[in-house]
Parts: sequence; C-alpha cells; structure tokens
Amino acid sequence: MDEKETAAEEVVYQEEKVKNIVRVKEQVVEVVSDSGEGAQKCGQLFGTISAKMGNGIWTVEIIPAEIQPPPRNVAGASGNRIRIGSFKITNAGDEADLVVAFNEQVLLGRVDSGNLKPNCIILLENKWGNHPDETIQKEYKAVYERLINEGFRVYEIPMEEECLKIVSDPQRGKNMFALGLLCNIYQRDVQLAREEIEFTFRKKSQKVIDANIQLLEAGNEWADQNLDFHFEIPTAGIHDPQVVMNGNVAIALGIASSGMEICAMYPITPATSASHYLSEIFENFGGVVHQAEDEIAACAFAIGASYAGKCAITITSGPGMSLKTELVGLAVMAEIPLVIVNVQRGGPSTGLPTKVEQGDLLAALFSAHGDAPKVVMATSTIEDCFYSIVTARKIAETFRMPVIVLTDANLATGQQPYPRPKFNKAWLSPPIDQSPVPKGLKPYDWNPKTGLSRRIIPGQPNGMFTLTGLAHDKNSKVAYDPWANQEGVRHRSLKLAAFQKTLKTPKVFGDPEGDLLILGWGSTKGAIEEAIQRVREDGLNVSSLHLRFLQPMASGIKEILQRFNKVICVEINYSDSFEDEIIREDNRRYSNLAWLIRARYLIDADSWSNVHGQPMKPGAIEKMIRKKMSDLSQERD
Amino acid sequence: MSQFNQDCVIDIDREQFTLEDYQGSEPRWCPGCGDNSILTSVQRLCRDYQLPLEKTVFVSGIGCSSRFPHYMSTYGFHGLHGRALPIAEGIKMHRPDLNVFVNMGDGDCCSIGTAHWIHAIRYNMNLVAIVHDNEIYGLTKMQVSPTSPLGLRTSTTPYGAYLKPLNMLSTTLGVTNVSFVANAVEWIPNLLYDIIRQAFEHKGFSFIRVVQRCPHYLPSLFDPFLTTPDNILVLTHENGLQLNEAMSRVYKHTEEHDPLNIDRAREIVGLEGKIPVGVLYRNDDIPCYDEIRRSNTVFSPEKIESELNEEFDKFAINPVQAEVEEGEK
Repeated sequence: MDEKETAAEEVVYQEEKVKNIVRVKEQVVEVVSDSGEGAQKCGQLFGTISAKMGNGIWTVEIIPAEIQPPPRNVAGASGNRIRIGSFKITNAGDEADLVVAFNEQVLLGRVDSGNLKPNCIILLENKWGNHPDETIQKEYKAVYERLINEGFRVYEIPMEEECLKIVSDPQRGKNMFALGLLCNIYQRDVQLAREEIEFTFRKKSQKVIDANIQLLEAGNEWADQNLDFHFEIPTAGIHDPQVVMNGNVAIALGIASSGMEICAMYPITPATSASHYLSEIFENFGGVVHQAEDEIAACAFAIGASYAGKCAITITSGPGMSLKTELVGLAVMAEIPLVIVNVQRGGPSTGLPTKVEQGDLLAALFSAHGDAPKVVMATSTIEDCFYSIVTARKIAETFRMPVIVLTDANLATGQQPYPRPKFNKAWLSPPIDQSPVPKGLKPYDWNPKTGLSRRIIPGQPNGMFTLTGLAHDKNSKVAYDPWANQEGVRHRSLKLAAFQKTLKTPKVFGDPEGDLLILGWGSTKGAIEEAIQRVREDGLNVSSLHLRFLQPMASGIKEILQRFNKVICVEINYSDSFEDEIIREDNRRYSNLAWLIRARYLIDADSWSNVHGQPMKPGAIEKMIRKKMSDLSQERD
Repeated sequence: MSQFNQDCVIDIDREQFTLEDYQGSEPRWCPGCGDNSILTSVQRLCRDYQLPLEKTVFVSGIGCSSRFPHYMSTYGFHGLHGRALPIAEGIKMHRPDLNVFVNMGDGDCCSIGTAHWIHAIRYNMNLVAIVHDNEIYGLTKMQVSPTSPLGLRTSTTPYGAYLKPLNMLSTTLGVTNVSFVANAVEWIPNLLYDIIRQAFEHKGFSFIRVVQRCPHYLPSLFDPFLTTPDNILVLTHENGLQLNEAMSRVYKHTEEHDPLNIDRAREIVGLEGKIPVGVLYRNDDIPCYDEIRRSNTVFSPEKIESELNEEFDKFAINPVQAEVEEGEK
C-alpha cells in the first residue's frame, strides 16, 4: 500500500523557485504537543479549513487521560490526527504521512505505537536541541538520531524562535505558526484560515485574534521560504451545502432538532462536550440542559420530565451508564419514553476515559435486572449522530420505551463533513397532549398483538393514575398474581417485535454473497468498508454488513449471513484468542456482536477484535482479511 | 376557601371537589400507622385549595410511606428507592403548571437518596417534600434507619444501633438556599395540616419532616411525646403556627419563633428530648432553580428552524466558495 502511494506521487508543476508540488490523493497529518499547547486547536482548524476547501476529511483527537500530564512525556501526546483526501473520507486512516511535533518525547509515543509511516515527514520543534538543561539536549539528540536512522524525514524547525518575533509567550502561540506551516505545505487558502481563526477566537479580544493571524502568516511565510516539499490534494468539489462538526456537536444539534426540551446530564468523558455545546445554544430553542448532582439524578430528572410531557434525553458514558441502570429498568417497566446516549469509552470501571471502545453493547442490551426490553441503536458516522437522535426520540415516544444510542470516543471527537440537514417539522415531538382522556382508556391499554398503548400525560383530565415500577395491570394497579405479571412482561416484550417490523434489512457492502462477510456496528464502518474496497479491488470475494439497530435486529440478516462461507465480527472490544493456551472452543469469550449473532442466528460467527483504545485502521482490517482469505483457501486445498 | 381560578368560566361550572374526590385506592398501611394521618391532612389541603386532580402529581420513592400516591386520586409516580426528588424535579422543570408533591421515608431521603435531598434544597424548586420519619425501615422488616435512636435493637442491629441518629432538620438548615423547613408530628393533625398548608403556600422547596409512628415495629418509641405533651415544643409566630385556645391548654410548652431566624432554628432542632413542631425556617426570597432556568424562548417549530439554521451556518461549507476554488485551478 505504502509503495503504491509513493509511486503515485508525481511532480505536477514547479513554481519559479524550488517549490515542488506533489499531487497526492490523500494524506494523514498529525499535530502533537504537550497538553495545553494547542495542538488540538491547530489540527481542528486545519481539518475545518480543508473541509471548507472541498476536501474529504476526518479528524480525531489524540488525548492523554490527564488534563495536564507532565511535559515532554512519551504517554502525554495531545493533539489531532487529520486525514485529508480528494474523496469522501470515512475514517481516521492508516499510518501518518506527516507529523508536526512540539517536542520529541510526545512524538516518540506516536512512533512507538506504530502511528507513523516508515518514511513519514516530521516537522520537529528544534529548541530542545540547545536547551539549557543538558539532559533534555541529550534526550532530544538521541531521539533525533533514532528517527533519522529509522528513515524518517525529519525537519528541525525553529518554531518558538520564529514566534518570539511576534508574541512574548511563544509556547502559547506556536500552534498557529504550525497551522501556517501546514497551510503552506498543503496549499490551503490563507484567507480562509484567517477567517477560521477569527471565528475560533470570536470570544477573545481583537488583539488576540490579530496575534494569531500574524503567527499563521509567519508560519506560512517560513514554510514558503524554507521547505522544499509541498503537496496538493485535489478537492472533490462540493455541490450541496455541507456542514463539518464532530459527533458530539452533531448529537447536540440532533437534540435541538428533535424537539426534545430537557437534557439532563452529569459530567463524564468523552460525553460531556455534547452538553457543552448544547448548553451554549439550547435556551435559544426553549430547552434546558440540567447538570444534575449525579448520573442517577440526571437519568431520574429526564424520566420525570418525559413522564410529564415530551421525551427527554440523558447523555453519558460507560460508568454513568452503569449507574443509570436501575432507572432504565424503571423506564422500561413504566413505559416512559427516554433517549439515552452512551458515548462509549474503554471499560470496565474507569478504564480508558478518553479512548474508544465498543464494549458496552451487551451491557446496553441486557442491562437492568429482570426482563427489560429496550431499543439499542448505534451510530456509525457523524451525520448518523445527528439523525439518530431525531429517530431515537420518535421511537421512544411511539413505543413508550427507552432507546439507547451508542456512539463512542472516536465519533465524539472525530470531525467529518456531511450534507447540511434540511429541517423538517415532522422531526419535532408533537405538543404535549392535554385533552381529556376518552372514557375507558387505561394507562396501559396494551394492544394484544403489538403491546403498544397510548400514553397518558399528567394534566389530561380523566386520565389520573399512579405510575409504578411494581408489576402492574392495564390500570397501572399493583398486581402480583402470576398471570398479570406474565401479561405485563409479554406486552412490553412484544413492542420490540412490533418495532422490528418497521426496520429495513441493512444493505450489504460489496456482493450479496461470497467467501467472507465482515460484520460490524458503530464507528468502525468507515474503516471496515475502506478495507473491503481495497481487497475487492484485488479480486477477493469479501463483503461487509454494518448494523444500525442491535436490538431488535432487522429481519433478513440471517439470510445475508448464510450466503457467505465465513462471518467475522470486527469490533473494538475484547474477545479471547486461541493463541492463549487455555482458550478452547468451549470456553472462548467472543466479542459483543459475535455473541449476539451466534445466539440469535446459530451461525458460527468469529471475532476479530481488540481493546487498544484506538480507532480501527483500515490497513489492519485489510491485513486480517487477506490473512483469513489465504487461510481459508489453504483449508480448502 | 376555594382559591382556584375563580375567574375562569370552565371552573365556575365545575363541581366542588370533596375529600372523597381525592381518595384513591383503600390504604393498606397497618392499623394505627402514622401515614394515614399524613394522607388525611394532604387530602384536606387538596380539597381546601380545590387542586384539580389532573394538575396534581404525587411522587414517591420506595417504602411504606411511598405507597402514598396510590391512595390519592390525582396523578402519581411511585418510582425508585431514593429517587423521588430528581424525578419530581424533572416533572416540575418541564411542567411548571403542575402541583408537585414528594413523599419519602427516612431511608429514602436520608440514606439511599441523600445526594438528591441535599441538592434539592440547593435547587429550591417549587415542590412540597414530606419525609415520613418513623426512624425504622418498615417495608423490609425492621432494619436500622439513619434516623434510628442510638441503641435501638433492629434486625440488623440486634445488639443495638451503633451510631447516633442523623438530624435531618439541622442538616437541611445547613444547606445553601434552604428556604422552608418545618417539623410536625402526625398525631397532632391540626398542626400537621397547618404546616402542610404553609409549605404549599411557600414559593420554593418546602421540606417537612413528619415524625410518624410505626405501630408494628416500634409501637412505643414516641410514647414519651404522646403521653407528655410538654415534650412537644410548639413554635408559634404570626408567620408560623398559632394555637387555638383548646390546643394551648394541651400544649403549654411553646416558643415564639420568627421563621426568619435561622440561627435560633438551628438551636431548636438540636434540643435533646424535645420535638419541635412548627415552621422552623421560611424565606420566600430565595431564587428557585425552575424559575431561573426557564427559557424565555417560547418553543415553536419556526423558532427551532431559524435557530438551527443559524447554528448550521457556523459549521457550513459553502458550495459557492468551493466552486471558486475549483475555478482558480
């Protein structure tokens, strides 16, 4: 793959001096620094500017777990990875082509975790080389030599020295200088960059904005004078209006578009940024973001609001999800609509707070004691984050049950452009029904076939009843007798089957039959499909299927699975490996989705999964597929 | 006595609600249970204020006392152990037009739901919260409660309770934004009613602790207070309780207490061997979270559309600009 891309590089034209501009189809760029040095802002801006110029982009944050890890720490890299292409980008891609690093130690962390291409270009802050502290000097030189020996193309750049010409504290300004470097290297529109800086710092003084713009221009100028390589990534052109944002912002906008009026939350990484943005805008929509005293209270608050009117929402991540579990059971039992967003992170316990995992699928399905059927859906793109909330609200109200929307840390901070949504009034919840309740209507008038019933809302005359989490009959009267409980549980379960009737069979990516089917869900969609595309180009008969609804699962999936010789679930959660001596077929624990597929369809689905806390790279999936395919053909021979 | 919507045509034609109109299912508390008295006082309040059944919600947790909503004919929410307050807060935030009452036991409020109790005081939302404090876990069969007296023998403390009881009144009086705290005993129904009425009239979070007998597990716990009325300290004030002549003959131990005097209130709740009855603290000027947070924006599809477009503009990629880019090449 790497070789092919290098071969595809060609010098397209030369400007008067030595400015070689190489045209490439795509690039993966990383900007890494100590925490608080602004590499994230630099990367985000670079991504936004590229998207606005018409490139396909995907950006994802590189986040250490601590707010301020010690400086110059191998594990403390903070920054951004930006993948830019002349086509639609659906994932964070493979190893990086170019890295801007503010010190050699954080860079080392990225090198050691295998995130750089072998011949990666590195733009490295040079000040450490003549640092007054000799230890630091030595560290820098050692790393520099190692990088050179390993074949990286290292450019030492006097970032702070140059910034000092403009600002007194260069450490805080060099991110914009770095943005200037990138703008020049990748032929970005500097005027557009100026406008983005103005927008980003709109809450700051004009002095701050001006200084940042000067730094940008200085970086741009410096690269123009001193660097002998430049790239062009042709833009695909934008034909429809688009928006670019991260998944958490998309969720917040989805909430505002769904007509929900109450969002109750408690701070938790990586979910909270959705509430940050929502808190900024929601009052203008007539909504309230309530930061509750704890996760449990947040869920209870949302349930109370939902019960009294429009469906409400609570946003959380793994540990918070665990705490809310009892209340989710209440919402199931009392048939109160509720949307719960779980921005998954690594678990169990506090786990990997800032890193991606898809480990909460089974917990979402089976959480709450007793039989607690609920809808579980997963978002796979940024656009999906937006629309899923609107859909989830509708499902929750129609079927009177909680809907859990699973996203993850990868989508939360990943940015991607998508067509600008055109608002539709049908997205909103209907006004709160306050009409008198027709005579004879019971609070749980379950339809015997579907389990559905009309919800009565406080304020409706003649509808008074006491909702309870105890077993109850149609009248919401506490009922402990054997038949009443069986009836209640049955009707609540039937609603899932009724909802399943509304689901369309998901479409296979690739041929509808073949040797191998890769099955996935959630944020891995882009990486899986890119890997499938690559191996199909080489004639391998491999397809993929991505599931949005995990509970219930649409009909027709079994038939799809049966048309393939082998099915492998690819997901970011743990599964036992046969490489461990004591693991055998009868004690192997499968990845989350594989458990489900095996249980529901009696199909021998395999797992290929890991818990590295990183987005899956298309290259890694591709490699796995090629290996499996060669194993399969050997088995046949 | 009716104060409800007298200038509204629909309600002028409406029949007056009687006490019976507020009765739900037949209470299934033990004979002699103090919860019955609280129920009657609350029903009397509803009748006297002619609260529309459909506009009134009782929210409870889990425990004997939390059966309360089932025995009302209004809307009710019998939820989870300890979580009545945040559920009630969600209801009130979304529906300021509803009268929201909360019934909790001592375990509900002061043990499993403590975090919510403390923060409910600080939010100061327009709710009436009644803690039915019988100093024991009844529904689960006589386990120690955080308010059980030191040394009390229970199923989980067969050798006597190890810790001194939590004083929920002094705790409540110590929390930021406290705005209404009262103490009552269920066996003096007139004063109980009067306290509940004042709580209902208060704007903000009204916290009432009601000392309540559990005839089944602790039949004689409150005997010293029942047999010796002097152990009851009645707090009187023109802005609090006033005893009529008959009552003052029985309850001679009184103190003129200004409900604005929080320092004296804190002293009173610390008195050993006495149960104060009356309004300990009342301040109508504390901001209410539900009012602070209410958006001035009226929710409408048109407003949402225009606001959304404004937001999307911030993230927009303009196709015209992109075409210019292409044209330049």
